[in-house]
Amino acid sequence: MSHVAIADQVDNSHHPKSFITKYIWSQDHKVIAIQYGITAIFVGLVALVLSGLMRLQLGFPDTFSFIDPASYLQFVTMHGMIMVIYLLTALLLGGFGNYLIPLMIGARDMVFPYLNMLSYWTYLLSVIILLASFFVTGGASGAGWTLYPPQAILSGTPGGDAGIILMLISLAVFIIAFTMGGLNYVTTILQARTKGMTLMRMPLSIWGIFVATILGLLAFPALLVSAIMMLLDKTLATSFFMPAVVSLGENLSYGGGSPILFQHLFWFFGHPEVYIVALPAFGMVSDVIATHARKNIFGYRMMVWAIVAIGGLSFVVWAHHMYVSGMNPYFGFFFATTTLIIAVPTALKVYNWVLTLWQGNIRLTVPMLFAIGFIFTFTHGGLTGLFLGNVVVDLPLSDTYFVVGHFHMVMGVSPVMVLYAAIYHWFPKITGRYLNNRLGKWHFWLTFLGTYAIYLPMHYLGFLGVPRRYFAMGDSALMSESAASLNASITVSAIIVGVVQLVFIFNLIWSLKHGKKAPANPWGGTTLEWQTPQTPPQHGNWGPNLPVVYRWAYDFSVPGHTRDFIPQNEPKSTGDENSYEPDLQEREK
Amino acid sequence: MSVIKQLVSKPWESVDTQTSLSEANDITLARYTALKWLLAVISVMFMLFFITFISRTQFTDFQALAGEPWLPLSDKTPLWINTAYIGLASIILQILCKRFSRLPRWKVNSLLLLTLLSSMLFLSGQLAVWNNLMAQGYYLQTNPANSFFYLLTGLHGLHLLLGVLILTVTLIQCLLKPVSDKMSRRIDLTRIYWHYLLLLWLVLFFLLTSSTETFKAIAEFCGL
Amino acid sequence: MAIAIVILILVVLTVVFHFVSPWWFTPIASNWTFIDTTIDITFWVTGIVFILVNVFLAYCVYRYRYKKSQQAAYEPENRKLEIWLSVITTIGVIAMLAPGLWVWSEFINPPEDAHEVEVIGQQWSWTYRFPGEDGILGKADSQLINVDNPFGISADDPNGYDDILINSNELHLPVNKPVKLLQRSKDVLHNFSIPQFRVKMDLVPGLTSYFWFTPTKAGTYEIFCQELCGVAHYLMRGSIVVEEQADFEQWLQQQPTFLASRQHQQADLVAGKAQYQMCTSCHGSEGQGVESLNGPAISHLAPWYIKRQLVYFKHKIRGDQSSDPIGAPMAAIAQTLVDEQQIKNLIAYIEQLPKPNKVSIAQGNIEKGKSLYKNCGLCHGSDGQGNYALNAPRLAGQHDWYLKRQLQNFSERVRGAHPQDMFGNQMLLMVKSLKNEQDLNNIVAYIGSLPFSGSSQVQNSQPLPEPELTARNEEVE
Repeated sequence: MSHVAIADQVDNSHHPKSFITKYIWSQDHKVIAIQYGITAIFVGLVALVLSGLMRLQLGFPDTFSFIDPASYLQFVTMHGMIMVIYLLTALLLGGFGNYLIPLMIGARDMVFPYLNMLSYWTYLLSVIILLASFFVTGGASGAGWTLYPPQAILSGTPGGDAGIILMLISLAVFIIAFTMGGLNYVTTILQARTKGMTLMRMPLSIWGIFVATILGLLAFPALLVSAIMMLLDKTLATSFFMPAVVSLGENLSYGGGSPILFQHLFWFFGHPEVYIVALPAFGMVSDVIATHARKNIFGYRMMVWAIVAIGGLSFVVWAHHMYVSGMNPYFGFFFATTTLIIAVPTALKVYNWVLTLWQGNIRLTVPMLFAIGFIFTFTHGGLTGLFLGNVVVDLPLSDTYFVVGHFHMVMGVSPVMVLYAAIYHWFPKITGRYLNNRLGKWHFWLTFLGTYAIYLPMHYLGFLGVPRRYFAMGDSALMSESAASLNASITVSAIIVGVVQLVFIFNLIWSLKHGKKAPANPWGGTTLEWQTPQTPPQHGNWGPNLPVVYRWAYDFSVPGHTRDFIPQNEPKSTGDENSYEPDLQEREK
Repeated sequence: MSVIKQLVSKPWESVDTQTSLSEANDITLARYTALKWLLAVISVMFMLFFITFISRTQFTDFQALAGEPWLPLSDKTPLWINTAYIGLASIILQILCKRFSRLPRWKVNSLLLLTLLSSMLFLSGQLAVWNNLMAQGYYLQTNPANSFFYLLTGLHGLHLLLGVLILTVTLIQCLLKPVSDKMSRRIDLTRIYWHYLLLLWLVLFFLLTSSTETFKAIAEFCGL
Repeated sequence: MAIAIVILILVVLTVVFHFVSPWWFTPIASNWTFIDTTIDITFWVTGIVFILVNVFLAYCVYRYRYKKSQQAAYEPENRKLEIWLSVITTIGVIAMLAPGLWVWSEFINPPEDAHEVEVIGQQWSWTYRFPGEDGILGKADSQLINVDNPFGISADDPNGYDDILINSNELHLPVNKPVKLLQRSKDVLHNFSIPQFRVKMDLVPGLTSYFWFTPTKAGTYEIFCQELCGVAHYLMRGSIVVEEQADFEQWLQQQPTFLASRQHQQADLVAGKAQYQMCTSCHGSEGQGVESLNGPAISHLAPWYIKRQLVYFKHKIRGDQSSDPIGAPMAAIAQTLVDEQQIKNLIAYIEQLPKPNKVSIAQGNIEKGKSLYKNCGLCHGSDGQGNYALNAPRLAGQHDWYLKRQLQNFSERVRGAHPQDMFGNQMLLMVKSLKNEQDLNNIVAYIGSLPFSGSSQVQNSQPLPEPELTARNEEVE
């Protein structure tokens, strides 16, 4: 064989032997993916509880004695940071990236399995450091997830000492973990694709993960740079970002630095970060939609180009987070224009998802429900983004609840919808069992309707002008009685949605043992991960021979074929096609 | 097939026939690919530092470390000596890789040792520059120019130190195990890394020892 | 099936919610009606897309739901359709962007005749500066800020001498006059925002940011800080009074200039001692406080704080007869202080009184009090020593019964709720973290346990002239 892959050089010493090498110090991408997943979901639950506490205070101010202004800000900060970085980034790339890349491109593993393992343990370390900051003197940082100096490192902010230091160290460690993982994903996608898997035959999931990983590799250094400099400002009294300040009546020794410089660096990372989360979600939802609609993804090439274009453009829009930051106001023209340009490829993706459903044969399974929910929430979140991206419209709306509503819709609810779709979709491959269908439907409906009940009203509080990150509004004229009751209703919805996620966790654990047994290819998928010889796939994925790819990833309902899908590794009509019958129980009746 | 050509191809048309299957990519290239991406990541990081640095030079409190005779880095001799060390390491690795198959084992090992030595000399030379600066009262926090000098040389040194650790492991393996292709590839990767660090150092050297006027010119050129 | 119907319902509900929602922009009170127009355009464009995409989505889900007899179409792409969609989307984007950019160019170029006002932010209050008669603001620098020069104005720049300092959260502006706000911050990022004016901008330490608007409707509006600035971010409010030119000028004339704030009159201790005679019965001969007559200890308090409270009592901002009968006698006595010099003498006398060495201390759980005090310490100092920069009085050295009553007063809005109590109102929300009697006892016990000999440099400062309140006296009563 001329195409001997690294992992193809079957090396028996490499196979895990004991429990520890199999499940703890594992170098198998699937085990690492699950480790990433469990850790991310765990910290995600912590962040979910924090958001519940925040909402309790906002909906029912002056009721709970365990929430004071300082701890409220700590909840805000840790909730944001955990959700964006330690949950979404880690679960989408560390979890699904790890699981899907080798399986979907037909490799036995990542090209550097040891590095991959190291990446997970470094990530775990960063999570531990982050959570440890709750227990140090002064508590976790309460600087908001954007960590703007000078506020973040001064004593008027909770966690201005140990909290912020641990936060910055944790971020630096996370970035190292991500870089190790990211180099692995990119190299694997570029170098370890199986025979026949050209770039344009890759499923969109892989395209999304691939471009997102590149974005991550190029954007996280900006966060690292700003974290390092802020750490020096805090610990060694340098003045990279610190101007002369009089903090709480005390003249500090800083001088000359520029807080806006930090904001530029932060958002140079922060905006691509939005797409680091969004692009894998775009990719995975495309595959879920195509599979369950039994139809090829509409405009595959356009979808790929849009992913690449969005990835590229995401580096030139960062200052739209800074329209009212006091930066040179002429930047507003440039960044408003680029921001609204990015709306075009994004809109095309939405059209193409809907057009994929058009003339399809849609199976309303739980993953499909989540995918349709995603189209709705993402459309909503994307359109409100046009308000904030357009520089003058941003003036009244920035720093209000409109912003909170917008970004939760577009990068909170939407990616989470995709994550759920993906978990329900690939769970049968990962474990060999279905997740419980009935619980899944409850989970979907309550999450979908509940989150809309949370975030739609938030936009309207923003129109009123209610500022974000306020512990309480007090007797402001803005907070009329009706607005206060709206706020309370948001809290009630939030608590319901929060509790419903426990149903999902229960479903995960219960189905692991008691879920209905799933066949190897329960949804009739074309992509390679459904064609593994065993389910769940064994170490090495493919048995003795690697699969060979003959066609693109979306041959659904090809005219002239009795079966409504043709796997990628199937050569031209072999003749022994069995008619495909979907699993009736998994279908909506 | 070029990337653009691939991106505009219609994958649903090109189905099937065994003969048209493209070859799987050569996995031995994986390490090179990973190294290239790693260097890209490091470059982005330093680029961002440079941009931050250049824009910070335009604030009123910034006092360049060179340009006027009384400034500490106007005498660049120690830095040139350090440059010679790291340059030497780079050259040795280049020679080593060019002639790897033809050189006897002991020569390979001693050349590796020499690379390590001159790299260590570079690092200790940098430390000496630091000490010298501190002795003259140019501490980390006294001026942003100093802060950037310590920070950037420190980060560069840290990268070199990591390289030194990896090269030490390679040297030990060279001493213990028979020469293999894997080993030569490993030294070749090290060579690229060292060249990169040399280049990075030259850029750093230029930037950190520029005068106020040079900074102004650069800042204007970049539109900052 | 259900999902198609639900999506349709959600679309309808969203549209209905949008139109019936009472939660909408506050009525505009500035010249920026263009911003509202741009928002309307954006609403129409995005609203139509939202409805079309989701209705089509619902239709597809309904029409093409799984049927055994049905086969999906095989259509990899449709160039023509995709091009049309791109073109239409681009047109929609341009329709929103073009007016936006035009309004933005208006926003960043203030008109020539805009008058300048400086806004200074600090944790967690606002102050302002007007340029005075010469129309030029004097140079200022954060490094010059100290207790005697809280605005950090350079004494070397004569342009600054006639600058008018507003040491209060309340700003007055004339109606229908364009104003350019120059903003600077002493410590961290803040954001000066009035929802009714639609515009806002961050205050950044180390540089001066600006924006402009023309107030078009007289009235009083709330100012919010909208950039997270630390624990008490949510308390960083102020108010802006838009009024006729004549009223505005009258108000402005009563504010001290920079030069006036630097000229300290000589205090007369003998006169101060004579004046203090009327205080002794309630506050004790050494200002140590008398519990039976509800007189707190005063000898340990900072001059600026005593002065502010005397002015407040004098104008019935504190000590209103009906709501605060205990404070009312003090309000009556404060009426007898007729001029600035008398207050000055009295404070000078109180300041040289021996500091108290014994106060009554409440019983309570000091440990619990300590954790409650965490949020207080940021302003009042970790040892309760007070902080002039934050307008926070000294707490250590005060009697437990007085502290407790004031905390109760704040929570019952007896104190701090008066619209002119610019600094006391922060306590209204802060005190809400004390939920019950036990919390009060604990925190007062903890404050009692703090050392009260240490006197910070801030304590001995000269009081800065308070904004003159006489003009609005009638309103107060």
